[in-house]
Amino acid sequence: MSVDATTVRRIAHLARIAVSDAEVPHLQGELNAMLAFVEQLSEVNIEGVEPMTSVTPMEMKKRTDAVNDGEIAEIIVRNAPDTVNDFFLVPKVVE
Amino acid sequence: MTDLTSLTIAEAREGLASKSFTARELTDAHLAAIEAARVLNAYVLETPDRAREMAKAADEKIAKGEGGPLAGIPLGIKDLFATRDIRTTACSKILGNFIPPYESTVTSQLWRDGAVLLGKLNNDEFAMGSSNETSCFGPVTNPWRREGSNTTLVPGGSSGGSASAVAALLCMGATATDTGGSIRQPAAFTATVGIKPTYGRCSRWGIVAFASSLDQAGPIARTTRDAAILMRSMAGHDPKDTTSVDIAVPDYEAAIGKSVKGMKIGIPKEYRLDGMPAEIEKLWSEGAQWLKAAGAELVEVSLPHTKYALPAYYIVAPAEASSNLARYDGVRYGLREPGKSIIEMYENTRADGFGDEVRRRVLIGTYVLSAGYYDAYYLRAQKVRTLIKKDFEDCFAKGVHAILTPATPSAAFGIGEKGGADPVEMYLNDIFTVTVNMAGLPGIAVPAGKDAQGLPLGLQLIGRPFDEETLFSLGEVIEQAAGRFTAPKWW
Repeated sequence: MSVDATTVRRIAHLARIAVSDAEVPHLQGELNAMLAFVEQLSEVNIEGVEPMTSVTPMEMKKRTDAVNDGEIAEIIVRNAPDTVNDFFLVPKVVE
Repeated sequence: MTDLTSLTIAEAREGLASKSFTARELTDAHLAAIEAARVLNAYVLETPDRAREMAKAADEKIAKGEGGPLAGIPLGIKDLFATRDIRTTACSKILGNFIPPYESTVTSQLWRDGAVLLGKLNNDEFAMGSSNETSCFGPVTNPWRREGSNTTLVPGGSSGGSASAVAALLCMGATATDTGGSIRQPAAFTATVGIKPTYGRCSRWGIVAFASSLDQAGPIARTTRDAAILMRSMAGHDPKDTTSVDIAVPDYEAAIGKSVKGMKIGIPKEYRLDGMPAEIEKLWSEGAQWLKAAGAELVEVSLPHTKYALPAYYIVAPAEASSNLARYDGVRYGLREPGKSIIEMYENTRADGFGDEVRRRVLIGTYVLSAGYYDAYYLRAQKVRTLIKKDFEDCFAKGVHAILTPATPSAAFGIGEKGGADPVEMYLNDIFTVTVNMAGLPGIAVPAGKDAQGLPLGLQLIGRPFDEETLFSLGEVIEQAAGRFTAPKWW
């Protein structure tokens, strides 16, 4: 399988990465090189094989449903590029 | 007195205990070495004030007889580990000036045991790379050079800063992380020892995530004994990481020097690649003979799905990365590039903040997870992964204690030499190491010799799950036989 220019633009939008028209042919070539490389997996017989979901056999641990942290809004927003009163500020999303 | 920076951790521990020197003197010697080696670009942030403070605290504890197992030992920390109040960037522009309000579990355990933080070490952006060339702080230089040449070589990656700093005596040991070979490949390129523990052995909490089902932290050091000392402090159960395993951490150092007599060592025939350089082949059989001379038994084994590990990895790792890196959106931390709408702000931020390699992997990961392609790529790769793991299980079920392979297909290469036209050329560096991550196993790289140009080469030992001790015992046998290799100082 290989990707065309339209697909490259579609994936870039899904990944929320702006891509200029000039970059598309180059990215298309790189992605197709990677897809050609992984193509060899189609030779493997995977009939009846379970997909791996956990590399070490262990039961998922569950935490107690209890509040054990919090009231640290000031620390949480400290690294944000734009804030107001302990809120993250973003461009307007609702008209 | 010999230069304090050339001591091993084990030797420094003795010197501190016998009051031959203080932790402050040991730290100052390293800070001076770092300053004189900035041309290597191994450190992206030096923390001399913090280092002197921690060294002073270590001296006080040692004086009271309360020094921990790493009291006063100066270490470098890969910039993928969150360090409280100290800038942590994963060497990506998108994290900008991120100052974590928390400490990673692994580093917190090092400080608990008395270690001293010298600074943060360079790495490939988000640990994506095999040469440390994708870092937003620029490439790291390998202290090793080809005989009679001034060509700048890469230290490998992604833990290139860690390997370079340890090899150039800019710290006594370093933390590193390994998703496809990022501890073992740079260790092999710099004649240092690097171990990727079993998945679940070290907590991933507070380490910038790349591919969560493959990432593991481990140490890089100058001897197997030093790696064992660091591992004991780094490992252990952490309730904050649900994949961290709740089993006791052994005294890894006790495995150093333990007899390997009667151990069965598998030599996998699939690792004998077409066109493999003769010197790699020679190193491999030499290593096997050293283990045999120490009483181990060599057996040929087969790992039939080996060749599919790298292509399966280049589906699984980018898929997980595309999901993990979705958090870099310009809202809660790091870089923000303005846009007319919130979507445009996301797109501009991520276009400007991610480097080429990271962008490439996020795009391929997004593609293989997108509607209509998930089964053909991601699901198939996860099934192949089951088969890769089964290959190892079958081998261990036959009584094999560990598997010996070359660590890398070549010695260190020059900056800009690989992957320029085709990214796959760079990916092939991890061909011997990536199977271990896919199967969640422990793997150690130990220096074993030099190539014709005088560059170090390493061997890899792959162990059974949670049997890192056997790897330390076998690694020590190789180290004793091969000797230690130190880069001649030119900087």
